[in-house]
Amino acid sequence: MAECHPVGFQWVMEAKARGATIIHVDPRFTRTSAMADIHVPLRAGTDIVFLGAIVNYIIENERYFREYVVNYTNASAIVTEDFQDTEDLDGLFSGWDEQKGQYDINSWQYKDVRISPAAGNRELFTGEPKSERGTQLRSVHHDRSLQDPHCVFQIVKRHFSRYTPAMVEEVCGVPQALFLKVAEALCRNSGRERTAAFCYAVGWTQHSVGVQYIRTAAIVQLLLGNIGRPGGGILALRGHASIQGSTDIPTLYNLLPGYLPMPKAKSDTSFDKYIEANRADSGWWGEFPKYAVSLLKAYYGDAATAENNWCYDHLPHISGDHSHMVTVAAMADGLVKGYFIVGENPVVGSMHGALQRKAMRKLDWLVVRDFAPTETAEFWRVAPEIERGEVRPEEIGTEVFFFPCAAHTEKDGSFTNTQRMLQWHHKAVDPPGDCRSDLHFFYHLGERLRQRYADSTDPKDQPLRDLTWDYPTKGAHAEPDAETILREINGWTVADKQPVSGFTDLKADGSTACGCWIYSGCYADNVNKPARRKPGSEQDWVALEWGWAWPSNRRILYNRASADPEGKPWSERKRYVWWDEGQGKWTGYDTPDFIADRAPTYRPDKEAKGKDTLAGDDPFIMQGDGKGWLYAPNGLLDGPLPTHYEPQESVAENALYGQQCNPARMEWTRKSNPYHRAFQDPRFPYLITTYRLTEHHTAGGMSRWLSWLSELQPEMFCEVSPTLAAKVGLTNGGWATITTARGEIEARVLVTERITPLRIRGRTVEQIGLPYHWGSQGLVRGDSASELIAFVADPNVSIQESKALTGNIVAGRRSRDRRVVTSGPLVAPLTLADGTQVAEVDERDLPPVQQKPVGKHGIRSGRSKQTEET
Amino acid sequence: MGAKGFFTDTTICIGCKACEVACKEWNQLPDDGFFFSGMSYDNTLDLGASTWRHVEFIERPVALSGQETGLGNFSWLLMSDVCKHCNDAGCLDACPTGSLIRTEFESVYVQPDICNGCGYCITACPFGVIDRRDDDGRAWKCTLCYDRLKDDMEPACAKACPTKSIHFGELDNLREMAKGRVVELQEAGVEEAYLYGADAAEQPGTEGLNAFFLLVDKPEVYNLPPEPVAPRKQVKQSWLALAAAGVAMTIVAVGAVLSGVQQS
Repeated sequence: MAECHPVGFQWVMEAKARGATIIHVDPRFTRTSAMADIHVPLRAGTDIVFLGAIVNYIIENERYFREYVVNYTNASAIVTEDFQDTEDLDGLFSGWDEQKGQYDINSWQYKDVRISPAAGNRELFTGEPKSERGTQLRSVHHDRSLQDPHCVFQIVKRHFSRYTPAMVEEVCGVPQALFLKVAEALCRNSGRERTAAFCYAVGWTQHSVGVQYIRTAAIVQLLLGNIGRPGGGILALRGHASIQGSTDIPTLYNLLPGYLPMPKAKSDTSFDKYIEANRADSGWWGEFPKYAVSLLKAYYGDAATAENNWCYDHLPHISGDHSHMVTVAAMADGLVKGYFIVGENPVVGSMHGALQRKAMRKLDWLVVRDFAPTETAEFWRVAPEIERGEVRPEEIGTEVFFFPCAAHTEKDGSFTNTQRMLQWHHKAVDPPGDCRSDLHFFYHLGERLRQRYADSTDPKDQPLRDLTWDYPTKGAHAEPDAETILREINGWTVADKQPVSGFTDLKADGSTACGCWIYSGCYADNVNKPARRKPGSEQDWVALEWGWAWPSNRRILYNRASADPEGKPWSERKRYVWWDEGQGKWTGYDTPDFIADRAPTYRPDKEAKGKDTLAGDDPFIMQGDGKGWLYAPNGLLDGPLPTHYEPQESVAENALYGQQCNPARMEWTRKSNPYHRAFQDPRFPYLITTYRLTEHHTAGGMSRWLSWLSELQPEMFCEVSPTLAAKVGLTNGGWATITTARGEIEARVLVTERITPLRIRGRTVEQIGLPYHWGSQGLVRGDSASELIAFVADPNVSIQESKALTGNIVAGRRSRDRRVVTSGPLVAPLTLADGTQVAEVDERDLPPVQQKPVGKHGIRSGRSKQTEET
Repeated sequence: MGAKGFFTDTTICIGCKACEVACKEWNQLPDDGFFFSGMSYDNTLDLGASTWRHVEFIERPVALSGQETGLGNFSWLLMSDVCKHCNDAGCLDACPTGSLIRTEFESVYVQPDICNGCGYCITACPFGVIDRRDDDGRAWKCTLCYDRLKDDMEPACAKACPTKSIHFGELDNLREMAKGRVVELQEAGVEEAYLYGADAAEQPGTEGLNAFFLLVDKPEVYNLPPEPVAPRKQVKQSWLALAAAGVAMTIVAVGAVLSGVQQS
């Protein structure tokens, strides 16, 4: 966190000054470790074992916060007797369909009740008769003594029973004593009087089982009662300014603003079906129609009427998985014509640079908006395959448009960072030359398209013609007024265009318009609330008048859980939000995240619908059952509970199960994306992990062109332990070549004690650390770590696995004519000691991942195969 | 106006280098060249004409009190170094043109329009801070952001520091704060914490530093001299030594002549 979020780390240092214990778990000893009380080096890719062992420790030693667990989590819910655990099936849950290569989740359900999750893959029941959710949830079977063998608590207990300190030592390489110290510190600092928080970033997410890493932390925090309380929580450190904002008002293919799902072509064929599939009969998502209609009114204005279903049919409908790697693979097969890249540099910052470049070579056109021509913009001119003469620029048909863009200091706008807080920034100077803001670019692009189709009578052009696009502009370059857009995001009543005060004002009858329901209230009373800058010293410690946090300026989500079931604070020390009996409403330091006047004693009757199904002691209001989920009966594609799977490419065999890798992961089987053996590939004996440095910004677009940052980390380097250096003959300050089946890169060598070899099952595992900032352009140049990384992904969110892979390292520089796999195989097929040759793609699983149906754009989870590649 | 300076608490420095960059940006200093040093995360290596704040990264085979790591006996010390603005400043004494002055903030300041580039200050600095630029030949170092102070703003480095490792303020207040911090750390078990150059009693050779530090290991570990002394303080000693040498040489010469006379 100190490495990549130094500004946010000031709060950790403040907590430390006030007595907090700082624990850092990381393969490397980083700047964060330097500040920590306890630093735990572990093998990259094994965190579920580490966290799962904490779950086991909490349960075995009865350190859980019983009152919180019984009342606020689904620990007591009874699960169907059909459910079988990974303990029973050697690493698979019940419901694995070998033909489809995915799970059927019916056996994961609560007994007699099927439920939709608040987020995640809500469509898993799509196409089947809609199950009765709603009031029936009150009739979920419970055992509040937590003894029933089919209750969630007992299932969790059994599931993690083999995640012991000894297993942590064996799998993670962490000595038992050190593990126990962490587990004890965490338990000691949780309960009524104390809370503990987890911070994580892409070190947890970028794995083929990444979502489940965070789920394990959620189980720990729910058991310890650390959610919805001050000083608690699981804090996602988003990697880039406003990355949180880019999921709230998304640049993601499968979401509309405010986490409303994008309509699906196959199932959401009408507005009614779309509403039907997404509205929950119980919990806050019962309000779904209000948000969907208000969004459509914001998009299409007067054209959106009840008669035409608020122009629902104008929305794009997705036909499958259009996530990054799926789309890039389809692009490489010539199935995609155009590509907008705004403030990103996928050749350096994503994965498998060679395949990224190959994909772009097949485009008709490419638009790059950035501060400088990045490696992505220059893919046709500077690349290993071009240096080798295998690809000639004059034979690349892609037309590349480069647009210089304005920096954040050169435009008005907002950032939404890690803590869901919107903070407004004002333009300080005009952007130089032809640089323009992204807002300017997209507004004027839309304006030109609208002009072009103004007279069209073709129905397919109607969405463009109906779009509300009437933003006022100012200045010589007709810059759209950013505050007007914030006002539209906040929402207004259609009749008088006055801002609504929050999302509770929104209606499903077309009388309100709102660009993003969760942001509603940020411009209430015509005040730009994100622009508020009242210093912390002039207000109480929650500081509600600094910026504005969604939803409703709540600083801690689910903060009803900071009070006990009767509505009283768990302790004076952790007082935050409580029930005021006299006034008959919730009150506290923060905006209560609950229905304001719902008494703790309220119980819904059988006829209750939507948010009225939430009882007075259901703090997790977005969930259908109002409870925190230790066990997820729905929403995840790879299991209701986190399970340790080894990375796609690992240095070790899975010590817990016969199933080596996440069975539901996404693989791309193509010549240009070869994988190593599942474990202990003798050609690639070392574990590689990638990361960022404080001195550079992600793929370098904002730092490698700036001398003051470039001098601080001027060259690509690899970090290795003294023992690995001695073994391979690497010298500090010298050169090394690192290879995977995808590519080879050279890097300067930094030999350091901060990288330590770990003992795993009696043998030594060496790890290689690779910062990923450099590329062929800019003031300081170097090879990109992304050349080494394969296309393989977590099934839930399609994120790549770049934090744990295998590779080889040798001393010296790479050949001048550097090789990449898109030009042919880089390494010889593996020959075993007995002379047998191992197939190019080695089967790695028991049972194997099955072929999945492939649509035109790649499609769904599991192995996807594209055969058009030559 | 009271003396102003820095108290740099190295125990909360996270090595982000924001101070180094903020200094370069405010003062519009050139880069030091793009050079991979192989010395931990330090690629600018030392204070110089174009680096007025410099962050050191010391990988040490010694555990830090109060810290446990799976690496065993290891810790990483991070420290942001800067001109010390000594109370008895060697550079100031050595400057023949009067370019180096002591300001109303008690800081030591180089007036670039008066500096003739003689370089005497460079050898006179016991810390090796001040340095000449190759391109213009003049001497440069931290100004304690004199221009910012004139406008009631704190120096750029202190402003940029996210963890308040760099404190700027009235020296009397800083010393009090620093002593409190040492006590706090020692009570927390970091018994090796101490102040470097906080006052004349602690560091007579400089009569105390206006930019002083809280350290947890010997000064040498941080590339700081254990007993810095302004050269002027040694003048008397030098003259005496020279006189003694002169006397001794005279005796030797006379003795040699006499012995020669005797032999002949």
